[in-house]
Amino acid sequence: MRHAFADLDLDVAFRADARTLALFGDSGAGKTSILNAIAGLLKPERGRIALDDRVLFDSEKRIDVPVNERRVGYVFQDGRLFPHLDVRANLLYGARARREHARTDFDAVVTLLELAPLLRRTPSNLSGGERQRVAIGRALLAQPGALLLDEPLTGLHFEARRQVLEHLRRLKRELRVFTLLVTHHADEVAALADEVVLLAAGQVAGRLARDDFVARYLAAAPETAV
Amino acid sequence: MTSWLSPEDWQALALSLRVAFLSVVFSLPVALALAWVLSRKRFLGRTLVEALLFLPLILPPVVTGYALLALLGRNAPVGRMLADIGIVFAFRWTGAVIAAAVMGFPLLVLSIRVAFDGVDRRLEAAAETLGAGAWRRFATITLPLSLRGLAAGCVLAFARAFGEFGATISFVSNIPGETRTLPIAIYELLNVPGGMPGVQRLSLVALFVALAAAASATLIAGGVLRRGSANE
Repeated sequence: MRHAFADLDLDVAFRADARTLALFGDSGAGKTSILNAIAGLLKPERGRIALDDRVLFDSEKRIDVPVNERRVGYVFQDGRLFPHLDVRANLLYGARARREHARTDFDAVVTLLELAPLLRRTPSNLSGGERQRVAIGRALLAQPGALLLDEPLTGLHFEARRQVLEHLRRLKRELRVFTLLVTHHADEVAALADEVVLLAAGQVAGRLARDDFVARYLAAAPETAV
Repeated sequence: MTSWLSPEDWQALALSLRVAFLSVVFSLPVALALAWVLSRKRFLGRTLVEALLFLPLILPPVVTGYALLALLGRNAPVGRMLADIGIVFAFRWTGAVIAAAVMGFPLLVLSIRVAFDGVDRRLEAAAETLGAGAWRRFATITLPLSLRGLAAGCVLAFARAFGEFGATISFVSNIPGETRTLPIAIYELLNVPGGMPGVQRLSLVALFVALAAAASATLIAGGVLRRGSANE
């Protein structure tokens, strides 16, 4: 897809074969814009976006599936929990909006993300790490065909970062949802991704398997990916 | 209190409260729709719509009343059509509701629009990615998060409608028990010999209602009465 911004010309093409694909690059490389385009929050000037066999956007065929019908679970960098709803209502928002019983069991997600003690709290009474876990759970319970994670650990202090990372690893082990991870932290890529697309200045600069990425970007011995 | 106000005073007070309340109730759906459009949409003619919205605030109220008479009076185009199906506004208390609604409408729309502008649109975008269509996003995200401004707007519109005089007396005149609202009753007493005590009584009542409305609007807008949390 292609899209011209004021300070960036985005021109990317890639296919995801791995279960967890990371988009890795510095701030301003266009990573979040790609997620926004997949979610439908950004309409590219040209291009084609497909999820499995579903075409979400095709400029030539004039296909543009509405945002609320794309079935992608978007975990925003700033969480975006609904402040007037408690954690339980936030978690169930997507499932209720789609009027379906969550295949991914509510209890299973709550257990995986250790959200049980938080269910009656409101977002203003949550820590940063807790908010991110709720945001992840909310996206999962909406039964997405793909999970989009936009810098999920940014802004978290060390311990919260470690905890959320561990939860994401556990989710990857337990659930079979294609995940697109956007980050500029190499350790997050090493912990979660199976494959990495490198982005620079709005262009695809390369593609690496996880082990090759670790060898190139991480000086220390790599953590074993789950 | 019961002997302090005469039966006619109570009648005028009750009518004013009924007129003000109903004017807000019937204006609200239209105000919500217009406020949402002005907050969220860009369209040709938007400036004209906003200018027309301000007119009741700027025009002399008696001119607004005359305009209502020219449109909805018994011999007016729309008034005749409505009269054929049994709906008459001129010189009826229902006409007082219309006049009050027109005068309070700009305050209502502006308050609600400011409240809608204050809702973080990123939250609406998040709801959209979770599968919520436009109506669901409005009902579950926009409306709850703007309730405080909406409530304050309703109180202000109520207060404006309660105190409405010029448009009301022009459109529906002064008919005891039918269209004699509190402000009209005060005006009538001003022109009656020995009417000063009545003017003072009713003015105190009007002052009390106005203060209560202003205080409520301030409290609601200030967040003391929590109806909807502010955005994160």
